[in-house]
Amino acid sequence: MPSTITPTSTEPKRKNHVEDHDNGSGRRPPTDKRTGGGGEGDNYGDRSQGNHGPRERLVRYRMGIFFALASDLMFFVAIVSSFFVSQSTGHFDAYNNYVNEWTVTTIPPILWLNTAVLILSSITMEIARRRMFHEVDVMDEWLGLGKPITRRAIPWIAVTAVLGVVFLVGQWIAWEQLAMQHVFFLSNPSSHFFYLITGVHGIHLILGIFGLMAALIGLYVSRSLESRQIMVDCASWYWHSMGVFWMFLFVLLVFFQ
Amino acid sequence: MDFPFQAASLLPLLPIDASAHGPAIDHHLLLNIWVILALAALAHLILLIGLVARRRPEATSWRVEYLPLTALAVLFAFLTIRAERLWAEARYTGAEPSALQVQVTGEQFAWYFRYPGTDAIFGVTKPQLIDAGAGNPLGIDPNDSHGADDLVTSELVLPADRQVDLRLNALDVIHGFSVPEMRLKQNAVPGMTIHVHFTPKIPGTYAILCTQVCGLGHYRMNANLRVLPPDEFAAWLAAKQKTVQP
Amino acid sequence: MNLSKSPEKLRYLFTTDHRIIGIQYLILALTSVTIGTILSLLMRIHLVWPDRILPFYGPILPEDYLAMVTIHGTIMLFFVLTTAPQSGFGNLILPAQIGARRMAFPVANAIGFWLTATALLILLSSTFVPRGSPISGWTAYPPFSAVASAGPGQGLGMDLWLASIALFAIASSIGGINTLVTIIKLRCKGMTWERLPLTVWGWFTAALLSVLAFSVLLAALLLLFCDRHAGTSFFVPTGDIVNGAIHAAGHPGNGSPLLWLHLFWFFGHPEVYIAILPGLGLTSMLLANFSRRRVFAYRTMIVTTLLIGFLGILLWGHHMFVAGLNPFAASAFAVSTMAIAIPASAKVLSWLATVWRSRPHYTTPMLFSLGFVSLFILGGLSGPILAQPILDEYLHNTFFVIAHFHLIMALAAVFGLFAGTYYWFPLMTGRMMSETLGRLHFWGTLLGAYATFLPMHLTGLMGEPRHYAQLTGVSNAAGHLLAGTLPLNRFITWSAIFLSTAQLFFFANLLYSLFRGSPAPPNPWQATTLEWHPAMHPNFPLEASEIVENPIAVYRQPCQYQPTPTGELFLPQWSPDATVDIKPE
Repeated sequence: MPSTITPTSTEPKRKNHVEDHDNGSGRRPPTDKRTGGGGEGDNYGDRSQGNHGPRERLVRYRMGIFFALASDLMFFVAIVSSFFVSQSTGHFDAYNNYVNEWTVTTIPPILWLNTAVLILSSITMEIARRRMFHEVDVMDEWLGLGKPITRRAIPWIAVTAVLGVVFLVGQWIAWEQLAMQHVFFLSNPSSHFFYLITGVHGIHLILGIFGLMAALIGLYVSRSLESRQIMVDCASWYWHSMGVFWMFLFVLLVFFQ
Repeated sequence: MDFPFQAASLLPLLPIDASAHGPAIDHHLLLNIWVILALAALAHLILLIGLVARRRPEATSWRVEYLPLTALAVLFAFLTIRAERLWAEARYTGAEPSALQVQVTGEQFAWYFRYPGTDAIFGVTKPQLIDAGAGNPLGIDPNDSHGADDLVTSELVLPADRQVDLRLNALDVIHGFSVPEMRLKQNAVPGMTIHVHFTPKIPGTYAILCTQVCGLGHYRMNANLRVLPPDEFAAWLAAKQKTVQP
Repeated sequence: MNLSKSPEKLRYLFTTDHRIIGIQYLILALTSVTIGTILSLLMRIHLVWPDRILPFYGPILPEDYLAMVTIHGTIMLFFVLTTAPQSGFGNLILPAQIGARRMAFPVANAIGFWLTATALLILLSSTFVPRGSPISGWTAYPPFSAVASAGPGQGLGMDLWLASIALFAIASSIGGINTLVTIIKLRCKGMTWERLPLTVWGWFTAALLSVLAFSVLLAALLLLFCDRHAGTSFFVPTGDIVNGAIHAAGHPGNGSPLLWLHLFWFFGHPEVYIAILPGLGLTSMLLANFSRRRVFAYRTMIVTTLLIGFLGILLWGHHMFVAGLNPFAASAFAVSTMAIAIPASAKVLSWLATVWRSRPHYTTPMLFSLGFVSLFILGGLSGPILAQPILDEYLHNTFFVIAHFHLIMALAAVFGLFAGTYYWFPLMTGRMMSETLGRLHFWGTLLGAYATFLPMHLTGLMGEPRHYAQLTGVSNAAGHLLAGTLPLNRFITWSAIFLSTAQLFFFANLLYSLFRGSPAPPNPWQATTLEWHPAMHPNFPLEASEIVENPIAVYRQPCQYQPTPTGELFLPQWSPDATVDIKPE
């Protein structure tokens, strides 16, 4: 079935000679390039930022982390709905009395402090993130005139990681305090959820701290400004989300038991 | 029967229909089966004619898509409403106060049926007391006076033409309580008591199956349902009652 | 891409190239489907000849049967029907179809594959641990799945199952994120949302569902794990007594088995749409391709794809009509379930209208797409019956349900996979698959599929329940009822043997075509979508300079064909102004 190409007049002739920096690997359509992509319409010049140009990779990674966080949100939503189901489920005992075993697990007051620490860490992380995108200095760094923004972001990221560790230690203390009141994981349905929620969130934060560490190392190692920005940006969105998730979970534990 | 025909006679595959609410279900099931057979035949006919007929320019009219779609939507809505009404009749309300009370308990891999006895009250059960070997498979508390006259059987015996209120539960894992001839199915879930009610019509012996996979003996977890004429049932109950009467 | 010529095989094994990862996924799925099919054959044979001794093994015990049920269901649903269309073809073809050079996150992609492969190995390893694989089915309802003493295989085997599915869930979420970002961000110039091929829309919607649903499953698995090993009672009610021992005695709990059902089916129903959505898109595209027509009502097809995905997360309760769900909730779920019949019917109508009086080219991929339509109609129409709670009350967990979901989900999706394999084989290998063997394979599979699964509707109507290890040797009236289904069941088993044997044509075709298939011409199917762009062809790769000269851009919707006095013209998406003449065959 040989095919021949014959022009017709069904579509107006339209050709864009766009400089493609792809060296042509052969069999792949070389269109995922800095100067195109994002699937815009035919109106090639009229596109929003992020679909092309220097921020393309950043936006792609940011979108990836957002979808991952949406997925993670569903994980917490599932646990929170189990919380409500368990809270409202009772059973009939041998004497046909309706029993609901749920008793309120008193929140150790240190959790308020921990929450404040986490909010503070989100603020420091945001400062670090904004440092990485400080317009004028970005240009300097991009031109290779030192690493002004990276140097300024590093301490803030380190502070965030330290605050994260402080938060985790605080959570551990909260667990210890509960244990001293003889409230354990197995004590009650509500304590199941208290430990489960704080524990699962803690694991997420540990991952977040690893992410911050990786970003710190990356800031020293990486030679591409864009990669450095991406690392800080993704780590910070993850960190903010863990903060927001914690706020929801904390409100749940404090007010909805 | 309210229906001009016994659906079972048109659909000889179905087991006989021995309950009061069954014929309506069979009727609706049959209607559904005719509808989907007709739709399937129609769709395949259109497909085949479309394949063999001479080539024509493609259709572009939106009517080709949306008119049949509207018709199908109306058809499905009609079936839904009919089904929902039957469902509401069967499940929205509880049993009549005069219904016969029977407790059905599933465990790996047997069904137990408990009748409340002459006092019409089920005795207290405790999981700690369960001991099938000692003749107390449900853990009836001997200290509870209501439990003394409770009858526990391994077959379900019911009178014809009287509504029965089953309270289903399970001791260990989820079981499925299914009586095909009564067009009845409901899972027995541990930790829950689920009521279903129905009226057996035709005396006979029917199968009670487990329809939720519950372990290696799932396939042999069954029991008999014996529906007796009311007087025979009364005699059976009285005879059984004598064996447990203190 | 020629695997055999590579000096560095290891580089191909741990590659981040999406196309090789796609092929790796497909090989994994092919292995899985072979295992799953053998298991189903063993089950069918055991069902009608329960006394047969398995060579090198011994008699099949009831727990072996249930273990086979569990592994068959898990492997088919996760490692075949989710993996092959979404991860296999989704990697192999998706970037090319949107004109992207790669997936958005190649490393994550490779990690996803290796997680999936590990998950499969863990699942299969459960067969070899003491007491064997879990026996609670792929739905793993607690307390059966939560208490190790509830049956053989519910101990270590069940733990391995949990680990395997948890890994799979993570891998699928990663894959879903990757697919979404790829489609949103890496489309080439001119590839607007409306010009996206419907296959891409299928992958997109399925990826959305993966991202939303798999993490809920992960949470449920975590809770179940706590119930099994930490002594909590999320799913096990107070005073639950299994095998004479009270579970978690001494710890108060509000456990509810129904909570697992809700969480599981909130994941489980979207999961079955993840399996079928790419097939729906592919069928639309192939029917149009071989009918040389536009897809009828293209925009409606996009909307219905999204609508099926959206409704798919609202109707999990229809798995629970008789499970102890509130009857009012059952009514609500019945309505949302019936509602999904409407977008599904719209799909069928579009397919019928697309091929109506088109005199299509009956290539093997086209045959499988037509088979898909037929299966989707017949399997789909029994859906509304099961969606009505009052009828589900009779048919729930009978073979009627088995017939329904095997036709619409399993076989329809598998027909989609076959169509995809025959269609895209030239892109993978540069060779065409044999049409003769393909036709034999198609007719054998279609006949076998109907002969196997249509009679299952009947045994279901007769009342035969699922998960029964044997139909003979059952006492009481139940034994009589089950024995009545035996003649039909024997027929079904013979049909299943026939159906599996017909798959040998496929394997023969794969092997033959891999080594001896005729070289593929450029664009052998006169396709219009981007994966057939000359730059993609293994036999005729464009020179790099040519591509730089004319970067790929998209100018129109897929499947644009025009009749002319001399023949037909087809307008590929990438061609700005030229139409290509199709010589009459």
